[in-house]
Amino acid sequence: MSKKYPPRYKQVTNVVMLSLTGLCALLVVSVLFFILGYLIWNGARSLNLAFFTNLPVPVGQVGGGMANAIVGSMKLLLLASAIGIPVGVLGGIYLAEFGKGLFPSTVRYMTDLLNGVPSIVMGIFVYTLIVLPQHHFSALAGGVALGIMMIPIALRSTEGFLRAVPNTLREGGMALGASKAQTVAKVIIPAAMHGIVTGILLDVARVAGETAPLLFTSFGNQFWSQGWNQPTASLPVMIFNYAISPYEDWHRQAWAAGFVLLTGVFLTNIFARIVVSTKRSPARR
Amino acid sequence: MASATTTTQTVGLSSPPEKLSIMARLRKGDEIAFLVTFASALSIVLITVLLVQRLWADSVLSRHLFSWHFLHTSTWDPVQDQFGALPFIYGTVVTALLSLVMAVPVGIGAAIFLAELAPRKVSNVLTFMIELLAAVPSVIFGLLGIFIMLPLLNHYIVPIIQQIFGFLPIFQGKFYGVSYFSASCVLAIMIVPFIVSISREVLIAVPQSQREAMMALGATKWDVTWRAVFPYAKRGIIGSIFLALARALGETMAVTMVIGNVPKISASLFAPGYTIAAVIANEFTEATGDLYISALIELGLVLFAVTMIINAIARILMLGMARQESTL
Repeated sequence: MSKKYPPRYKQVTNVVMLSLTGLCALLVVSVLFFILGYLIWNGARSLNLAFFTNLPVPVGQVGGGMANAIVGSMKLLLLASAIGIPVGVLGGIYLAEFGKGLFPSTVRYMTDLLNGVPSIVMGIFVYTLIVLPQHHFSALAGGVALGIMMIPIALRSTEGFLRAVPNTLREGGMALGASKAQTVAKVIIPAAMHGIVTGILLDVARVAGETAPLLFTSFGNQFWSQGWNQPTASLPVMIFNYAISPYEDWHRQAWAAGFVLLTGVFLTNIFARIVVSTKRSPARR
Repeated sequence: MASATTTTQTVGLSSPPEKLSIMARLRKGDEIAFLVTFASALSIVLITVLLVQRLWADSVLSRHLFSWHFLHTSTWDPVQDQFGALPFIYGTVVTALLSLVMAVPVGIGAAIFLAELAPRKVSNVLTFMIELLAAVPSVIFGLLGIFIMLPLLNHYIVPIIQQIFGFLPIFQGKFYGVSYFSASCVLAIMIVPFIVSISREVLIAVPQSQREAMMALGATKWDVTWRAVFPYAKRGIIGSIFLALARALGETMAVTMVIGNVPKISASLFAPGYTIAAVIANEFTEATGDLYISALIELGLVLFAVTMIINAIARILMLGMARQESTL
């Protein structure tokens, strides 16, 4: 009489362990909905028009908004993009198209190193670089901190998407008599454009929520900040300061700000991924 | 001139070796494109070198005065100019390791489900959601930590743990909400997406023949996963854990908001503590005196060095793995 294989205990282990893995996945995904649910519930309730149009009120008073922080965050992101995107994308083009020898792998290694630097350390770095010589906090310093943090991801994602462009396109471009630069600019980059844009959008969404590097670079401001050389408020730092404060109304506004920030970050993420999923194959153009 | 000619030759397949005028060469743009992109790539190297140089140079006061005592003494007294970093190092290590204890089993379990069991479409949707979780800014985790998780731990979870395991010293003492344990819980949630997302990629990359061979011997699905797929993917999965560890060590905002910020070493996980990143975040803008600032920058240097080493280990472990480019 032959025994059945697998034996019963193995079948039980099979079912139990596989269900456990399913449970793990469910747990992780449910955390997301938990977070979303709470933020929508607490945030949407706390949101009002004043939040978008008014300045913060002095400590202890009820009301006010975060108009200056919203504008401040946008200024910081604008400056960060102006630094991070060109340097990152051009560096990525170098690695994918022009780099030869030992230097590119050094750059790649340093990029990953920079990407792994804790954001608070990046804050210290920019503090010693800009705030210390200037003797005051500024939007400029905050933007530079975020900009430097954007470079590694912009660079590596640009490189990745350029490398995914088939070599036949490069050969085709050159066979028509175009120079290397012309081929890259007119054939390769357009073919990888969707991917590059996706990478940039994800990059911006990531630094939009960064708080630690802003604490001692752009600092904070209860009023409008004029120009780039003054401390400026930003949404993430406001959330932090308001959340750890003892005032009920500030907690409400922290929730509202969290809701606004997360909505922005998620919409950018979803939009970016839809852009890349509708990417046309370069060969079919 | 000579280098220009070689560039044209290697680049343009059929370009004649004639001398081009400067304008013509500029129009072709190869040298310009090379220089501009090269400068961008070079800036990465410069930034990294400058970063290390700054941290090193600006922590000189504290490094010279305290030397190695900085790392193993535990008095942090800015008024007396006494700076010992042990409580922060302890807090950082304890919270990071505890968060790994919570996140690794769940993360790997979820990754196995997504890679081996779930139909590819379901798996892609779920993975997308898990990657969204990774995109949640850390200050928002802190916000939820303070207002949702702390009360939850305080009223439900910690009393249960203390009832069952209360005899263990690590679970003793009064629980006020802010603690190593709370910080670890938030950290675990924050790093789990990294573990899931990378481990799933590693598992999917395991060759199908590996599964088929064992399946053909009549093994159950779990046996195939555990004995044939998992060992094959082990290196990459351990790499993902190291990557998550580096994240946990450097995480600032969420931890600062729930750990309590008390520079003391406590055996109990339910006691408030402090981490390196949190003390920098809290005290940097208030630091008066060069030595104080210098000590905080040295903390930054320590954090930088540790995360660099762990990231390097992760990189070595994942060497040769073609990682998808993403924000993770």
